[in-house]
Amino acid sequence: MLLLGLMLLLLPAAGADLSGSAAPHRGPVHAAPSAPPLLLLPQPGPQYGAPGVALARSAAEESAGTGKAEREAAEHHHHDGGYRVVQWEWSYVQTPYIIAIWLLVASVAKILFHFSQRFTTVVPESCMLILLGLVLGGVVLIASKKQLYQLDPSLFFLFLLPTIVGDAGYFMPARLFFDNLGAILTYAVVGTLWNAFCTGFCLYAAKLLGIIDERVQADLMDFLLFGALISAVDPVAVLAVFEEVHVNEMLFIIVFGESLLNDAVTVVLYKVYISFVEAGAENVQTADYFKGVASFLIVSIGGTLVGLVFAVILGFITRFTKKVRIIEPLFVFLLVYLAYLTAELFSLSAILSMTFCGIGANKYVEANISQKSRTTVKYTMKTLASIAETIIFIFLGISAVDKSKWAWDTGLVSCTLVFIFVFRAVGVVGQTWVLNRFRLVPLDKIDQVVMSYGGLRGAVAFALVVLLDGERVKAKDYFVATTIVVVFFTVMFQGLTIKPLVKWLKVPRSTNRKPTINEEIHERAFDHILTAVEDIAGLQGYHHWRDKWEQFDKNYLSKLLLRKSVYRKSELWEAYQKINIRDAISVIDQ
Amino acid sequence: MGSSSSRLSNVPNGQELMQETGFSAAHLLRLYERFQFLDKDNKGHLRSEDFEAVQELSKNPIGDRIVEAFFLPGQETVDFPSFVRVLAHFRPKEKNRTREGAQQEPEPANSRNQKLKFAFRLYDRDRDGKISRVELLQVLREMLGMQVTEEQLQSIAERAIQEADLDKDDAISFDEFRK
Repeated sequence: MLLLGLMLLLLPAAGADLSGSAAPHRGPVHAAPSAPPLLLLPQPGPQYGAPGVALARSAAEESAGTGKAEREAAEHHHHDGGYRVVQWEWSYVQTPYIIAIWLLVASVAKILFHFSQRFTTVVPESCMLILLGLVLGGVVLIASKKQLYQLDPSLFFLFLLPTIVGDAGYFMPARLFFDNLGAILTYAVVGTLWNAFCTGFCLYAAKLLGIIDERVQADLMDFLLFGALISAVDPVAVLAVFEEVHVNEMLFIIVFGESLLNDAVTVVLYKVYISFVEAGAENVQTADYFKGVASFLIVSIGGTLVGLVFAVILGFITRFTKKVRIIEPLFVFLLVYLAYLTAELFSLSAILSMTFCGIGANKYVEANISQKSRTTVKYTMKTLASIAETIIFIFLGISAVDKSKWAWDTGLVSCTLVFIFVFRAVGVVGQTWVLNRFRLVPLDKIDQVVMSYGGLRGAVAFALVVLLDGERVKAKDYFVATTIVVVFFTVMFQGLTIKPLVKWLKVPRSTNRKPTINEEIHERAFDHILTAVEDIAGLQGYHHWRDKWEQFDKNYLSKLLLRKSVYRKSELWEAYQKINIRDAISVIDQ
Repeated sequence: MGSSSSRLSNVPNGQELMQETGFSAAHLLRLYERFQFLDKDNKGHLRSEDFEAVQELSKNPIGDRIVEAFFLPGQETVDFPSFVRVLAHFRPKEKNRTREGAQQEPEPANSRNQKLKFAFRLYDRDRDGKISRVELLQVLREMLGMQVTEEQLQSIAERAIQEADLDKDDAISFDEFRK
């Protein structure tokens, strides 16, 4: 019974049918073929609890059997005794109980890590969590001879990823993001495409050359598919590693922005290649390639629009929440999450939607809601994101230990590692060379090294590869193993070494300067100056458009979305007050 | 390169200006065309009314200060070399320029220092080398005028001076500004 409970851990809430409900637009329609048998078992599990969906395949049937027998025995016992004063209600609480225990284990582990000061400065948290996951996976494997847990893709895409992306998007420094948007978009789109195609083609070439073994039954389409999912820089991993390194904001925002915006590219490539693989390589027509390009535009722009629509709705709602202050944070969470889900609903890029919803809404929401709500929103989001990150890394570790899911091919693994590294470096250098012609602040060699090195792959790639249909993509198990190795390598090895690298290269670090009123004043003054200079010189440059946007915002958007009382205040005055409050608090806190 | 340099010869002192400011020939040409566009009566120099013809500038709260910055003290007209010199402050910086012998050469026009000096001059209207409280208040009033009350402006200015004024002379000198 305990085993059954453990097995049913993984999807507490998700609804009825599991087959094909895994992130609808990502997986093939016929997913996990062994899952239906689980549903058909006459629910030996908790009748009250969640329907429970896990990817533990053969384990399911076996422990279901034992579970059933045990329950019947328990029920017998139950009826014999008459009235019981204290009862063992395990089946009633098991699902939430197990989840809570897992979270507790993960959080306590974090506390324990920090006992050793020297250890934590060298080893990033994500590494330790993966190691912990490996250990736990090993324990479970030995204890029950089968792997019971997996990182379930639908759990990942529906619950864990939105938490992290939502937190990142909402607190994204909008100004910095838009200042560097050109670079970010270039790396996200061009860079990812470059990586995907080169990796795919070169792996195919490696197969033809015989470096990759014959057992790996994959041809060009399969390799292109694999290239697509392995070449996307992962936001979770980037956040986890860069968080500890503290490089300067511009560098961070470029890498992180890239990891967010490349979602559209990844989604489209993945979908397109899956359909190509299903149709068979011979049936692909040129029209399909054009459809792919069109699809990319729709997915990315559509996703952004959905996000912006929700941002406007959120801003508008918060304008009227004066009487219901307590539930203000709820609106924020709900609408940001709905932005994600709605985009998923229409097969658009959900990450883009959520990111732009957060960025767009932040300004108006922060102005409209009360100080307490602001604090609540901030800390709840950060806590949830932290929990989600912890769970993801632990499950990455656990999933790695399950030997039945993967197959090893040295050629494939080593080739992939080499290729992604090389192509990322080449791609970054090439794009930077082009970008520097247009940028105000050029990206120098050191920045490029950090950017190439910081191209981490993570859980998104893993979730995508697990979602592949083993029937259509025969080499799936090899791909899974390779993905695991790649993810581990980037998160652990690159995560471990990036700090010393950054120090050695003397990368400018982020300065934790306290904001001063002078900075605020002069920043605004400079904006005006630069706009004026552009006007005089007759250029319609960056500042010109920024100024136009500010005018539009002041005259229309802010009127619509900001509370009347807030609308009249000036930003500079707000900034001044914030600084004063911060000073006052820091005096008291001492 | 042939065609642009032949048109470049139309630009007075073209070569020296390129040397001095670091603008490329194409850039300089474009600026000259702009200069001529602004100079409606073809006088060969600009007066402040010509600047006002730039529409967006009127919406800019500190627009007239910036226009002022083009005019050297006491002058009422701006000729093309002065025009270009001021704009040269905003040319993007090249990192590898003047790496050698950087100490001896006069500072390039668009270095960080020069940019800051330009901004400082904008605040410091009476050119006494310091931004006094009054001058700061004036700038703030221009930027924020409608939205903030006088007392609020006073407090902001007060705080700004408090933060930046290290030698406690109740004004911000260029060195303090730079930090």
